[in-house]
Amino acid sequence: MQSGNFLRNIWIIMKREFAGYFGSPVAYVFIVIFLLLTGFFTFYISHFFEAGQADLKGFFQWHPWLFMFLVPAVAMRLWAEERRLGTIELLLTMPVTVTDVVLGKFLAAWCFIGIALALTFPLVLTTMYLGRPDLGVIFCAYLGSFLMAGTFLSVGSMTSALTRSQVVSFILAVVACLFLILAGFAPVTAVLSGWAPMWLVDLVSSTSVLSHFASIARGVLDVRDLLYYLSVMVFMIFVNGVILQNRESA
Amino acid sequence: MIEVRRLTKQFGNHPAVDNISFTAEKGEILGFLGPNGAGKSTTMRMITGFFPPTSGTVIVGGSDILTQSLAARRKIGYLPENAPVYPDMTVSRYLDFCAEIRGFGGAAKRQRVGETLERCFLAGVRHQVVNTLSKGYKQRVCFAQSILHDPEYLILDEPTDGLDPNQKHEVRLMIREMSATKAIIFSTHILDEVDSVCSRAIIIADGKVVADDTPDGLRRRSISHGSVVLTVTGVATDGIQKRIAELDGVASVSVVDADGERTTLRIFPDDPAVPVADRVIASANQDGVRLTAIFVEQGRLDDVFRDITTDIRP
Repeated sequence: MQSGNFLRNIWIIMKREFAGYFGSPVAYVFIVIFLLLTGFFTFYISHFFEAGQADLKGFFQWHPWLFMFLVPAVAMRLWAEERRLGTIELLLTMPVTVTDVVLGKFLAAWCFIGIALALTFPLVLTTMYLGRPDLGVIFCAYLGSFLMAGTFLSVGSMTSALTRSQVVSFILAVVACLFLILAGFAPVTAVLSGWAPMWLVDLVSSTSVLSHFASIARGVLDVRDLLYYLSVMVFMIFVNGVILQNRESA
Repeated sequence: MIEVRRLTKQFGNHPAVDNISFTAEKGEILGFLGPNGAGKSTTMRMITGFFPPTSGTVIVGGSDILTQSLAARRKIGYLPENAPVYPDMTVSRYLDFCAEIRGFGGAAKRQRVGETLERCFLAGVRHQVVNTLSKGYKQRVCFAQSILHDPEYLILDEPTDGLDPNQKHEVRLMIREMSATKAIIFSTHILDEVDSVCSRAIIIADGKVVADDTPDGLRRRSISHGSVVLTVTGVATDGIQKRIAELDGVASVSVVDADGERTTLRIFPDDPAVPVADRVIASANQDGVRLTAIFVEQGRLDDVFRDITTDIRP
C-alpha cells in the first residue's frame, strides 16, 4: 500500500467525520458546553481575576476533570453509532484498511476537540491584556491539554468499538479515564505509599495522566511525558483496530 | 466470477454457515433464498470481506477476499441489509464521500456522482439530508452507493425489503438492466422476485446449500408441477371424477374447492412431462360438463421452498 493512498484515505474519512459532526447538533452542543464549563471553573471556582496572576493555571487545572466527561462523550459515538446504524458494514467493506478508518476517525475527533480547545483563546488574550504572561508556558499547557484529550479520546474510541451502546461506551470510558487520572492523584498515591514498595507507587503514578499533565502545564516539555501520551494513544488505537478486526457481528 | 469455496462461519459452537460452495458468473443474476436466520446475510458479509470466515474463502474476480482483500473489495458493490446510510449527510455529499473513497476525484468524481444520481432517480433530493428521506429513498441512496463505481460484482442483501410495489419494480428493473455485464447476487425472501429477476437461485437452510437451480428447475420440483386445474360449473359428481381419474396418464384427482356453484378439481398426471389437459377436456365434454376454466400448473416456488427448507430439520 502506498503511503499516498494511506494519507488520502485518512483525509477522506476525516472529512466525512467532520461533515457528520457539524451536520448534527453534537458539535455545537459540545463546543458550547466545553466553553461554558471552562469559563465557570476558571472564573468562579479558581477566581481568575481575584488571583491577580497573569497565568492560566486556574484554567488548565480543570482540564483533566472536564475532559474525563466531555471527551468520552465525543468518543462514544465513534464506533457504537456506526454499529447501531449498520454503516460500519459499508465503511469496512470499502477498499480501505481498518488502520485507515481507525486513524481517520480518531484524528477527526481529536481535531474537533482541538478546535474546541482553540476557541478558549480569548482567555489568553485577556491574560495578555491584563499582564505579561509567559506565553511559552501557556503554549506548553495547551499542548499538554491537547495530548491529554487525545489520550482520553483513544481510550473512548477503544471502548466505543466494544459495544453498540453509546451509554455503555461512555461509562466504560469515563471509568478508564478516572483511573488514568486517579493513579497520580496525591491522596491515592498516599494510600499506596503506606504499604506498597516505592517502585510500585512510582509505577502506578507514572501511568497517570495527571502527573504528566502537571509537568507539561508548568512549561516543562519532557520527552518522557510526550512519549507517555503517544504510547498510550498508539496502544489504545492498536487495541481498537484489533477489536474491529475480530468482531463477529455488525 | 465470484467463487465461494467451502465457506464456513462458526458463531460459538453453532455453524451459521456450513461449508457452502457456489459460483456466480458475469451475466448471471443469482437469487439467494432461505428462511430468516439461514445464513444469507452472514454469507454475504463474508463475500464482501466484512468479517473473515472460520474456514474457506471467496475469490472475487481472481482476488482472494482474505489475502488480496482490497483488490477484491474494489470490484464489489455492496448493499447491506436495511440499507444503512449516514443520517446527517446530504445525499450528494454522501455519494461524494463514497466516490472519493473509491478513488475518484475532481471531474471524474462529479461525473460519477451526477450519473448515479440520475440513474437512481435521486437528482431531486440531492441536497436533502438523508435523515429527512423516506425509507424508499434511503434504500435508493444506499443502492446508488453500491453501483457508483460500476463494480463488476454486486452483492445486494434484500434490496427490495420495505419498498412499495412500484419501488420494488424499479429496483428489479435496475438489477435486470445491469446484469449483462455484472455478476449479481441478491438475497430475498420474496419468491416472485426470484421468478421475475433471477437466472439462477440458490436456497440455503441451516447454513447449507439445499438447492441450486434455475427458477423453472426449482418449480419442476413442486408436486403440483404439470397438474391440471379444472373449474366446472355446478357440482362435479363422483362419476365425473372417476372417469377423469381413469384416463390414460392421470394418476389421481382431488377436489380443491367446491361451493355448489363451481367445483375446482386438480388432476395429477403420471408424468408431468406428458400433457393430459386435452384428454381431460374431451372426457368432461362427453359428460356434458360446462368448463369455466382450465390451466396447467407450472408449480409454485413457495411450495418448493417450504418443502426444501423444512425437510432437512432433524
